[in-house]
Amino acid sequence: MSSSTNLIALKSILYKETHRFMRIWVQTLVPPAITISLYFVIFGSLIGSRIGEMGGFDYMAFIVPGLIMMSVITNSYSNVASSFFSAKWQRNVEEMLVAPVPNWVIVAGYVGGGMARGLLVGLIVTFIALFFTDIQVHNPWVIAITVALTSATFSLGGLINAVFAKSFDDISIIPTFVLTPLTYLGGVFYSISLLPEFWQGVSQLNPVVYMVNAFRYGFLGISDVSLTVAFSVLGFFIVSMWAVAMYLINKGIGLRS
Amino acid sequence: MQPALEIVDLQKVYKGGFHALKGINLTVNQGDFFALLGPNGAGKSTTIGVITSLVNKTSGRVNVYGCDIDTELEAAKSHIGLVPQEFNFNQFETLTRILVNQAGYYGVDRTLALQRAEKYLRQLELWDKRDTPARMLSGGMKRRLMIARALMHEPKMLILDEPTAGVDIELRRSMWEFLQELNQQGITIILTTHYLEEAEMLCRNIGIIDGGVIVENTSMKALLATLDVETFVLDITPTEKTLALNGFVSRLIDDHTLEVDVKKSQGLNPVFAALTEQNIQVLSMRNKSNRLEELFVRLVNGTNSADANNTSTTNTDNSKETN
Repeated sequence: MSSSTNLIALKSILYKETHRFMRIWVQTLVPPAITISLYFVIFGSLIGSRIGEMGGFDYMAFIVPGLIMMSVITNSYSNVASSFFSAKWQRNVEEMLVAPVPNWVIVAGYVGGGMARGLLVGLIVTFIALFFTDIQVHNPWVIAITVALTSATFSLGGLINAVFAKSFDDISIIPTFVLTPLTYLGGVFYSISLLPEFWQGVSQLNPVVYMVNAFRYGFLGISDVSLTVAFSVLGFFIVSMWAVAMYLINKGIGLRS
Repeated sequence: MQPALEIVDLQKVYKGGFHALKGINLTVNQGDFFALLGPNGAGKSTTIGVITSLVNKTSGRVNVYGCDIDTELEAAKSHIGLVPQEFNFNQFETLTRILVNQAGYYGVDRTLALQRAEKYLRQLELWDKRDTPARMLSGGMKRRLMIARALMHEPKMLILDEPTAGVDIELRRSMWEFLQELNQQGITIILTTHYLEEAEMLCRNIGIIDGGVIVENTSMKALLATLDVETFVLDITPTEKTLALNGFVSRLIDDHTLEVDVKKSQGLNPVFAALTEQNIQVLSMRNKSNRLEELFVRLVNGTNSADANNTSTTNTDNSKETN
């Protein structure tokens, strides 16, 4: 197919994916808004006022970037995982497989859909945060690049999960047992410099630490890790997960018999 | 003129070792209306799966309008419209969205896609349902939706895997008319069906697949010409007596229903004459089964189910056989 027809195919997948999560906005956009509001009330206002400062900022301001990033990660991942698995389960993924859509367009389309939801939820959460604290911006480019790359990385993760999934249970196992612990232990609620040295070392194996800290740097100008290292980690994950996703789709694993 | 579809020595061995296709060779000419028949599990859907790239082949070659699926897969795909056996659209989307999205996957821009969606939804009598989620449609409507979807990129070849399964007779006939119109417009149609009457009525050429091999590939006319015995069911005036039909295998099913096997060379006149002699009137008459069905059963079973030379008598609970 020519680049113009590929572009039309990509737009079709993006349109379909965006329309899907907007159609069921009560399931996709409202829950993260409520959850994050509760985090702000409980951890920010109630408990945060007793914690005092962290990293030179009041606790509420400190956790806002991490909570935004947590919402972006969760929603990017779950959007692609549930949408792609549903397409497999209803077999409407075959609509794309029989069409002359290059596999990279399919992957890019689903990742784009995951990013659209992740970023939209991120904006909603940011808006809610404004009711609880002032948000300062240290470097908007770092914010934009970090959130976009993180959203893309976890969208790819959701796609890989969906390719292997054989039941709806399979798309909730990874978020529950891998994603949530990584996020909670990824420096959303605390600076890893507070941890004992051993656990600081362990935390450096957690990729979410780099994403949250780079994002926090964009807002507050503070980070527990070097920005160069953070972007290198993000780059490594996005390239390797794209390669894995393309390999799986090219091989037709879970899609073609 | 290159064929619409050319399959050479196609083999498929599934994981676990099941040898589904054992060297399929098949050619379908452009503009043909081709029936691909076979019993359940014969390999029809696997063959269609390979052609449409939903199933990875083990070996062999498949060309669609001259495009090899190994080297020009995207070009080959663009020539094919697929109507699968199972409903495989997003049940939560509206009809218009399903059609417009599908057109987009083939590079058809949104404006043109909306025009085509209206055209095919109207032709298939679904226009009133255009904004209805697909899950709300009846079974027949869902089948028609899948035909509309397969046509959105205006393919040269339409493959329909049991398109009329579970569809009532009135709707089935309107679908036949629609498919015939498409074929007259030059679209090559490949049809699998369990309704052999449908295949006989619509298709010019036929391939019969059984156990992963093509057991017959010929024109419908040539195949039907090989049928040398037909079974007729005669509704007759009630009788209790044993009927004598010399030279014919016949069975008195009940006191007013007689089945007679008639060879092509024999004709029906001697049957009527013999019955008239015995004061039996024939009230009406029909074929016991579709002619293609008789041949199909014979081909896939490897036996002649209506062998006129077999004059042995068999009694069952419900029939009395006379010779």
